[in-house]
Amino acid sequence: MSDEGAAVVAAVAAVADRLETERSHLTDLDSAIGDADHGGNMARGWAAAAEAVGELDDPEPMTVVKTAGKTLLSEVGGASGPLYGGSLVFASPELEDGITAETAVAFAETYLEKVQDRGDARVGDKTMVDALVPAVHTFKKSVEVDDMAPLSALAKAVAAAERGVDFTVPIRASKGRASYLGWRSVGHQDPGATSTLFIMEELLDVATEHLEAPEELPEHPESPTIPDGEVTED
Amino acid sequence: MKKLINDPDDVVDEMLDGMVAAYPDQVRRIPDTKVLVRDDAPVDGKVGIVSGGGSGHEPTHAGYLGKGMLDGAAAGEVFTSPTADELEELVAAADSGAGVLMVIKNYEGDVMNFETAGEMVEMEGTDVAQVVVDDDVAVEDSLYTSGRRGVCGTILVHKAAGAKAAEGADLEEVQRVGQKVVDNVGTMGMALTSCITPEKGEATFDLPEDEIELGIGIHGEPGVERTDVMSADEITEELTANVLDDLDLEEGQEVMTIVNGMGGTPQMELFVVNRKLQELLGDHGLETWDAWVGDYMTSLDMEGCSITVCAVDEELKDLLGAPAETPALTVT
Repeated sequence: MSDEGAAVVAAVAAVADRLETERSHLTDLDSAIGDADHGGNMARGWAAAAEAVGELDDPEPMTVVKTAGKTLLSEVGGASGPLYGGSLVFASPELEDGITAETAVAFAETYLEKVQDRGDARVGDKTMVDALVPAVHTFKKSVEVDDMAPLSALAKAVAAAERGVDFTVPIRASKGRASYLGWRSVGHQDPGATSTLFIMEELLDVATEHLEAPEELPEHPESPTIPDGEVTED
Repeated sequence: MKKLINDPDDVVDEMLDGMVAAYPDQVRRIPDTKVLVRDDAPVDGKVGIVSGGGSGHEPTHAGYLGKGMLDGAAAGEVFTSPTADELEELVAAADSGAGVLMVIKNYEGDVMNFETAGEMVEMEGTDVAQVVVDDDVAVEDSLYTSGRRGVCGTILVHKAAGAKAAEGADLEEVQRVGQKVVDNVGTMGMALTSCITPEKGEATFDLPEDEIELGIGIHGEPGVERTDVMSADEITEELTANVLDDLDLEEGQEVMTIVNGMGGTPQMELFVVNRKLQELLGDHGLETWDAWVGDYMTSLDMEGCSITVCAVDEELKDLLGAPAETPALTVT
């Protein structure tokens, strides 16, 4: 299996594990302003996606992403199927030539565009877009303008998504099922923005493992590096 | 609550098999899906017309499969949108090369899954167009929808678009007449009792014995007003006034009407409503060209009805009056 393909398979599995762990957390958030099915839908969908990509034979990243997206489409249904799964399917061709800083930016932009087209949501509507827009824009700027290493750019994007999730708490929903609640949605964190953040956090974790760990080591077998100071254990 | 079911999980599947068994010459099921198509789909050279949505609204949509109406219909779980992969199969099965019109009721899940499916089929080279039906005048934004909900007026879109496609018109023309119906139709419903989903087995919403809900949605989602129970004439006046207010028709305009049962209402009561509806239309100076009465788009076993009024011109009269041969609707 290509290293990149394996990394994406690992990422899908990591997201599935995380969403299973967060199942009741997401369901609680969704009970407050939705119909209490987000935790179950995401956990079930991503578990199926992890299983499906696990069965692929030596896949390229594009195939893994497309397979995961198609599985989410059929397993999750509702609005989340097209938003989380359909967007992956449509963004997957951006990874045709593998994963580089450039293709990752293109992938993120297409994914965001598809989510926004499909959901017709903008920043401030209290949806997953509130996490995605700052994350994607931060990632793009960090790579293209600040010339940052992809991993640092991704870390910065995740931090931006986290602030976006916090931003959903005080605002009023104007898209999605929570919009039916109007002002009563104020004070509740958006479940879609939250699950989007969880997905991105797992991408960062897996990317960190694959980009940092083995590649550099063989060149300096005599000096294994011990990270100093900054590493935090979750 | 007593129900004529086996396992709630099997209801949709078993219903579809039962429909195929009832109309073996008219419909068939695409294996391993909840998609039914007319037996001879795709029809050579004809634009395909497809629709779909959650189950529980029978005969919508599969009851309208056949000559002059739909080529394919996808069934979701009860009150749940079909998934995009099933809708992809639906569109593909209806395409003879002339393109496919997707008729979508305006619910977020339905719209997103249809659009996703449409885009995927387009990548394979199929021409796809869509009409989103939002005829419910009762509420703007609701539990499942941004904007107005799509309800019984959808049947007239199936009819007009289906007739246009049967004439051999191209996709753009077929879409145009579908949209024309949407632009000229309004519906409002009411409930005497709640529906009961097979899964839950009890009332979806609590409606006291002496109250009714005006503006109810076809999934039992809230309407605009809960009032003390009224007579059939008073209810008909209320619904008709709201629909006509929205349509804002000129005196002398010809209309077609549907008094639609929600699933648990005796025909007797629907005809009582129709009697008053026609009287009211006359009072408004409107001329009824055709009036349908029956269960066209139901909400499981809900008791109640909806009233649909559609302004018609010569073109729409030709299309709505054109022949149709389907399990649920025959026009000769």
